[in-house]
Amino acid sequence: MTAIQRISAGRRFKDRFVQSLVYLSFAIAVVPLVAVLWMVIKNGLARFDMEFLTHSMRNIGAKDAGGGAYHAILGTLEQVLLASLISIPIGLLTAIYLVEYGEGTRLSRAISFFVDVMTGIPSVVSGLFILAFWILALGLPFSGLAGALALSILMMPTVVRSAEEMLRLVPNDLREASYALGVPKWRTITRIVLPTSFTGIVTGVMLAIARVAGETAPLLLTVFFTDSINSDPFNGPQMGLPLYVFDQAARPTDTAIDRAWAGALTLILIVMLLNLVARLIGWWRSPARGR
Amino acid sequence: MSQQIQVSGLDAYYGKHKAIEDISMTIEPQSITAFIGPSGCGKSTFLRTLNRMHEVIPGARVEGKVMLDGEDLYAADVEPVSVRRMIGMVFQRPNPFPTMSIYENVAAGLRLNGRHPKSTVDGIVEESLKGANLWNEVKDRLNRPGAGLSGGQQQRLCIARAIAVKPEVLLMDEPCSALDPISTLAIEDLMAELKSRFTIIIVTHNMQQAARVSDRTAFFNLAGQGQPGRVIEMDDTSRIFTNPAQQATEDYITGRFG
Repeated sequence: MTAIQRISAGRRFKDRFVQSLVYLSFAIAVVPLVAVLWMVIKNGLARFDMEFLTHSMRNIGAKDAGGGAYHAILGTLEQVLLASLISIPIGLLTAIYLVEYGEGTRLSRAISFFVDVMTGIPSVVSGLFILAFWILALGLPFSGLAGALALSILMMPTVVRSAEEMLRLVPNDLREASYALGVPKWRTITRIVLPTSFTGIVTGVMLAIARVAGETAPLLLTVFFTDSINSDPFNGPQMGLPLYVFDQAARPTDTAIDRAWAGALTLILIVMLLNLVARLIGWWRSPARGR
Repeated sequence: MSQQIQVSGLDAYYGKHKAIEDISMTIEPQSITAFIGPSGCGKSTFLRTLNRMHEVIPGARVEGKVMLDGEDLYAADVEPVSVRRMIGMVFQRPNPFPTMSIYENVAAGLRLNGRHPKSTVDGIVEESLKGANLWNEVKDRLNRPGAGLSGGQQQRLCIARAIAVKPEVLLMDEPCSALDPISTLAIEDLMAELKSRFTIIIVTHNMQQAARVSDRTAFFNLAGQGQPGRVIEMDDTSRIFTNPAQQATEDYITGRFG
């Protein structure tokens, strides 16, 4: 018979040691996050004003103060919206095919493989591809749409992967319950499977959007630069917030550096706002709320 | 309302593996038939062939005939979806739709299959919940999520959902195996009531349950590992449990194996 033992000093020490390691790594992981936010907010607030949000850089000279990022905000929103319109339907339908129809077939394995390959494409390569294909080969102009195409190449695999994972989480019991009621497969998918995984899919899509909203390299090669407002994403060069930050930060004057920080702050705020919206949608649709 | 089922020479496969072989039986309307037998002997597989749910699994197929009131469910031009509307199913684990309220769960079969005026749906929901002995417990919280109910209530909710589409036959795949004795009793009482309106077939591992609720019992077994399951004996329940014709049946019900 074994007697009840006291916790030995050695175990107590190991426990403390591992515990402090865990806390330490958490602190180290948080430091860059807080530092980035702190820097951006501190430096960005100087120029984060109404003029910044409502004016473009048109007729702002190299040393002038003032000016704003309205053209860049507009461009980013339009480009990201277009990229979402292209990649969310395609990505979602691909995920539905993979999970609901193609299980185990050669085609679905091939699709899975290429989606994985696409996930690894460096963002500059997607920009180069659109530059070579859309602008040089087809002779179409630099435009917000070209940028959106490059972004959607980056976005699609993320949407497919996250939606696929969420669809797989839906228990098969629910599909069978629906079939047993005499509900056809397509309606089981649209009325049972998708609503059940809705919150997760929205979160995944938002992460994909957040990822592409900050991409600089593909835009550099496809939407080009402009200092003026161009609200038409199908014609002519546009601006994007990442481009704006890149452009302003490269200039030698303090006023330009301040604008770059304010642009970075705006970009972070837009992404945060999107995440907030996703949370709200998730909360609104969550079954636990009881409605 | 309920109809006779006649099965003849039915085999079911999962890919190359033959899960059940040469099953023939007649199931009378307005009765409860129980399938008993050791695990893996094909009871659930056979049950799922009766409403064409077997073929939902990739690679699964069926050979043979299942006649519902003279019509072959496996005829080439039969729409499987319509078969499932006529032959409802309750599963082993309660599986209410998590995004739906109690009301929506019961109405799911109607709403997903077409438009109905709200008053009709209201009536059917109330009638089905009453039919499943759940109305009194949930009538004040029909808009609460179905997943918030207890296990036994969830299973009765699933029964209400199944009977709301007014099937002819109700298949129950071990409906009580995840429930406590009180909930089990509630479901058994319910089955006795539903018998007057539906043909009920239940798969169970609980022999007392088979003896309590069913009119006829079929004993399934397989010759060995990897062999297909077969019906060893089918007879009136009282006879199966008191004086079975086959030695294997007697061994099983007296607990000598399985």
